[in-house]
Amino acid sequence: MKSYLSTRICSLACAAALIAASGCATTASNPKDPFEGFNRAMFAVNEGLDVVVKPVAQGYDNFAPLPVKVIVGNFFGNLWDAWTAVNNALQGKGGEAVSDVGRVLINSTLGIGGTFDIASEMGLTKHSEDFGQTLGKWGVGEGPFFFWPIIGPRTTRDTFGWMVDTYVDPVWHAWITDDMALRNIMVGTRYINLRATLLPADKVVDDAAFDRYTYIRDAYLQHRRNEVFDGELPHQVPDYEPSD
Amino acid sequence: MKSLLSLLFGLLIVLAPAAAQDLAPDAMVQQVTEDVLTVVRQDKDIQSGNTRKAIELAETKVSPYFNFQRMTALAVGREWSKATPEQKKRLTEEFKALLVRTYSNALISYKNQKVVYKPSKMAAGDTDVVVKTEVVQPGNKPIQLDYALEKQGGSWKVYDVIVAGVSLVTNYRDTFKQEMSNNGIDGLITMIANKNKQLEAGKK
Repeated sequence: MKSYLSTRICSLACAAALIAASGCATTASNPKDPFEGFNRAMFAVNEGLDVVVKPVAQGYDNFAPLPVKVIVGNFFGNLWDAWTAVNNALQGKGGEAVSDVGRVLINSTLGIGGTFDIASEMGLTKHSEDFGQTLGKWGVGEGPFFFWPIIGPRTTRDTFGWMVDTYVDPVWHAWITDDMALRNIMVGTRYINLRATLLPADKVVDDAAFDRYTYIRDAYLQHRRNEVFDGELPHQVPDYEPSD
Repeated sequence: MKSLLSLLFGLLIVLAPAAAQDLAPDAMVQQVTEDVLTVVRQDKDIQSGNTRKAIELAETKVSPYFNFQRMTALAVGREWSKATPEQKKRLTEEFKALLVRTYSNALISYKNQKVVYKPSKMAAGDTDVVVKTEVVQPGNKPIQLDYALEKQGGSWKVYDVIVAGVSLVTNYRDTFKQEMSNNGIDGLITMIANKNKQLEAGKK
């Protein structure tokens, strides 16, 4: 496990270094996306992978009854809530952190191993934090945008955040189970479940976007800024006066 | 009898917007959303993905509460002030068609979800507010769905829709800016018009 992760992190870091070195060779025109050439290539790779992943997610979405999907979502959500609690604490949001710990305790016990989200019904709101958001809250800048194979869009900051998230992720860890087959099933199920939750957005993006890559990149950047500010980002005031 | 009924129905449609427009912005958002969801939940055609019907619904029930010209100006950015009145009119028409279609697709996709209305922070005399709602999805974190509204001659109009922090309007800024720097405002009009035609052709 350890060696797998370090290989992965190393290859990511190597990739980042390579791209940084070849920065001048890219088709840079947008200051927030200096590696657009590389990113578009990786975007194409992902669209290729999605030819396989999407039908699996659609099959899951069509054939799994709603209660099953809710249980799957709740189970992985409960594992993530523990990490959300840590991140809320790191961001100095003590109240939220305590509430998140309460959520994990309640859902892991009364909610039968996290399969039922009793805590939400009791009024403990679900939050969603990750290490990238924590870095953002600490004032770390986003850095250039990247589109990675499989994991998708990430800013430089969120790429490092994702590495830390993955490192502590219980689903990837042997302390949950030494059974590699079970681990792979869990990782796979979570990935397919995540893809399935994004299915409704597919059609909207297809219709709304002139260029899927640009639309997804810009939406991702807006979305992450909003997450760092926990949805309290003031609505952007237009930088000019609209006139008739 | 039948014609009387349809006359009554017609009257209802004409009168309903006038009534909702006098409401406070948060009450207006709630009323319009619930009106639309009620129709969507009963309409089998819309549920099975009939885009044409969903667009009709969005046109009649939602469009009257949107300020499409302001939305277009926001998406176009600085260049808006350089557009001629005719260009502004064409841009607004085309962008409106695109937004209504996007919104209609969202209606179809999220038909089963429940919407929760968050208490709004609004002071008396405000003319620009954000109304926050959440789309609840079982097994997942709710999706934030916010509306930015401004008061215009006594009634409130939506000028931005923000989904999970993503403004459906300003998300077009970079795309539009690039097209205008390559092909000017007329190029942008053509680009949106072509997109609409292409979507129209592929419509079920």
